[in-house]
Amino acid sequence: MVVETRTARFDSIALDSGARLTPVEIAYETYGELNASHSNAILITHAFTGDAHAAGISHEGKPGWWDNMIGPGKAFDTDRYFVICSNVLGGCQGTTGPASLNPATGKPYAMSFPVITIRDMVRLQRMLIGELGITRLLCVAGGSMGGMQALEWAVSYPEMVRSTIPVATTWRHSAQQIAFNEVGRQAIMADPDWAGGEYYDSKPPARGLSVARMVGHITYMSDESMREKFGRRLREKEKFGFDFGVDFEVESYLRYRGNQFVSRFDANSYLYITKAEDYFDLTNGTGRLADAFKTDGIHPIETRFLVISFTSDWLYPSYQSQEIVRVLRRVNGDVAYCDLQSNYGHDAFLVDIAEQTEIVRGFLNSTARIARAA
Amino acid sequence: MVAHAAAARPVTLAERPDFSVIGEIIEPKSKVLDLGCGEGELLAWLVENKGVMARGVEISAQQVRKAIGRGVSAYQGDIDEGLADYPDSAFDYVILSQTLQETRSPLQVLKEMLRVGRRAIVSFPNFGHWEVRRAMLFTGQAPKTKLFPYDWYNSPNIHFLSINDFEDLCRETGFPIEKRYFLSGARQVKHMPNLLAQTAVFLLG
Repeated sequence: MVVETRTARFDSIALDSGARLTPVEIAYETYGELNASHSNAILITHAFTGDAHAAGISHEGKPGWWDNMIGPGKAFDTDRYFVICSNVLGGCQGTTGPASLNPATGKPYAMSFPVITIRDMVRLQRMLIGELGITRLLCVAGGSMGGMQALEWAVSYPEMVRSTIPVATTWRHSAQQIAFNEVGRQAIMADPDWAGGEYYDSKPPARGLSVARMVGHITYMSDESMREKFGRRLREKEKFGFDFGVDFEVESYLRYRGNQFVSRFDANSYLYITKAEDYFDLTNGTGRLADAFKTDGIHPIETRFLVISFTSDWLYPSYQSQEIVRVLRRVNGDVAYCDLQSNYGHDAFLVDIAEQTEIVRGFLNSTARIARAA
Repeated sequence: MVAHAAAARPVTLAERPDFSVIGEIIEPKSKVLDLGCGEGELLAWLVENKGVMARGVEISAQQVRKAIGRGVSAYQGDIDEGLADYPDSAFDYVILSQTLQETRSPLQVLKEMLRVGRRAIVSFPNFGHWEVRRAMLFTGQAPKTKLFPYDWYNSPNIHFLSINDFEDLCRETGFPIEKRYFLSGARQVKHMPNLLAQTAVFLLG
């Protein structure tokens, strides 16, 4: 199934920072058919470096990043549901971001792009959903930063979200998570080619961005998955080279991933999106998560939650998901939770599909049943 | 036969006579929390037939997966730890079926059940059943019966109680018993339940 990425354009969007973007574009894809009552729509929200191409095959022959979860007969069954995925605000794959042209100057925004938040991303998604004629989503689902958006949707627009599936995520970044993001940002900004973000006419900060990505990849895997995948195996050699070329498989892998990333991702987007992740706090700094999960200060949020974490995920450890679950329980919210056994670390949400499929399918089924009964 | 939470295959209502008793007790549209909900069979049945608002707690990841797959809002967690988070009287019924004997602090769990729920439904296998007594008397070993099929070293049961034990506890602690059901298989036992009943179901509150 070859899918088309489309773009919606809006005159303007107001941002949390107080700034305004005029105009703003959002790239999106859809799969399946919207039913007559517009009640079968599911929004998929992508992780940090993801894009709108979540499922199907692109014109370039590339499968979507969650293609094993979205499609006919899959967890997000496109024979039953109308599935939407869009590129986040601040991104570089079709939605307005720092690499987009600033209409006021005719040049890319670069660092004049306003700092954006997860809530800004969600606000733009809401504009898209309205444009598509949908007033209530059956579900918003996503992993990692996608999970933050899924949570933000439920808290910002509870009346528009019947259910949400935050996977391998958190309600706010810990010091460790902010620290890893800061290492990535500093790697980019330390590269002379970054040039204060004004590199669009010359060469991008490839070395910095590549190092940032290498660090990222380490945090997405687990000690065990790295041991299994690479161990101490040497790369195309029997003995150490006694130099600083590639000796180990793992070095070769990280360099490859880093270089590959440079060709598809904008370094300034890396800065802006990681900042949005670090700013994200479902409680707006109060730390009172229970208040976020009440609609009018008293009643529990009606949105159903399916929270999923993975045992070997040390970037978004299970305890962060469990905090969300505990508080939902405390306010008597509707929450299902499972800590799935996996060795893949944070990557598990993209890789470990069978068990996720089982619970997502059942959860969506029952949500659709409740929606029909209502 | 009393199937157990540790059973490998899913359990149907017909195989769990205590489930049909619980199904009778629970009023339609009520709020129900099932502690140790296993694969969510009971809750799914209650949602389907009684339109209840159902929540489940289960420690086993595999069983929670199955329960969620069935559409039940179950979460993976420890019973003792999980109850503390709920506000008072959050539920109409809190169910503990065939799990009391597996909890670390049964008394604490019962107290918490009655705090979190307006009523508590507790079912457990009766250690006073004659088969258990006979097995113990003749073998002189930890009894292995249909009701308690485990070897002593791999049994999930860490407390052994009879119907009389439970009645005593309720009297001593002041847990009000509203109804009691005694079962042998699917049959109700009228006389000498502590000797003849395999399973007891108590409605407290």
